[in-house]
Amino acid sequence: MLDVKAGDEQSFALLLQRYRTPLVNFLYRMVRGREQAEDLAQEVFLRVYRARKDYVPSAKFTTWLFRIATNLALNSMRDNRYQRMEISIDAPVTTDAEDGDERTLDVAEKHPNIEQHLIEEAQRKMIRHAIDKLPEKQRAAVLLHKYQELDYNEIAKILDCSESALKSLLFRAYETLRVELAPLVAQQPR
Amino acid sequence: MSCNRMENRILPYVDGRLKESERREVETHLESCAACRLRVNEFRAVTGLLDELPVIEPSAAFDMRVHARVAAEPVKRSWLGWFAPSPRVAFAASLLVAATIWLGSFSAPTQPAIAQEDIPVLENYDVLSNFEPLTELPQPVQADEADQQNQQM
Repeated sequence: MLDVKAGDEQSFALLLQRYRTPLVNFLYRMVRGREQAEDLAQEVFLRVYRARKDYVPSAKFTTWLFRIATNLALNSMRDNRYQRMEISIDAPVTTDAEDGDERTLDVAEKHPNIEQHLIEEAQRKMIRHAIDKLPEKQRAAVLLHKYQELDYNEIAKILDCSESALKSLLFRAYETLRVELAPLVAQQPR
Repeated sequence: MSCNRMENRILPYVDGRLKESERREVETHLESCAACRLRVNEFRAVTGLLDELPVIEPSAAFDMRVHARVAAEPVKRSWLGWFAPSPRVAFAASLLVAATIWLGSFSAPTQPAIAQEDIPVLENYDVLSNFEPLTELPQPVQADEADQQNQQM
């Protein structure tokens, strides 16, 4: 990031390459729409670029990056709360509409064991649904904790709370997930 | 350790992010508490389930869109930057400012100007202040009095 600050455009390209996938995935799991997630991720990179001259390496770059991303996602979710898009019943059937995947259904072609595939798909849908039901801040905490593997201290900074408050937040979130996913949890190997 | 104190430690324990002393403390509690042991196992199961969500790749056009938006950003320059590309303009402007200051130093300090037609009036101020017809004029009406009169009407 310091190279980007010094005006090195190639370093910005490297930054983009390194963080685009984790950032898009984080935003996708936050807002539940692929296109919207990509738009928000673009906005994050643009803000990073705009703020490069003022960047002070007092915090880790990932903390700064995901703080921008989290704030944008939370704002976007609040803005969209009353403008939910209606999914047309005429839309083509996809492998998973929630996945944002545009491929049409070709289960038999790619998955010889259809039954197993459908079970796994139903399981993933249930997990996604459980994450979606979490309150926004808990959801952000779980995603940053589980998928970005950030330290508690970093996540606390991103969510603007104390480390102890974050641990309570995460405990409540995982408790909710434990209850919501109880049928799957019972099947998991111990 | 009580079960309540375990709340903030279960997840760091499952993650393996506890200090050695804290980890030993948690394990001592788990040996004697079946409920917390069950919860630890279930939290492990939940984190395992979360691993099952697939990772998506950004679309092929993602990088291109970001670069296009960055390229469209206006280039910010400091105010000194205005002079950098045209030193001749800067030099000419400096000369103009210097000439203005130099010419300004020749003009004498001026008093507030009094218009020619005001001078006789000022000269006859004593006469006018004692001019009898003027004293007979009605006194100017004060704003408050005017309001009172309006209210009475």
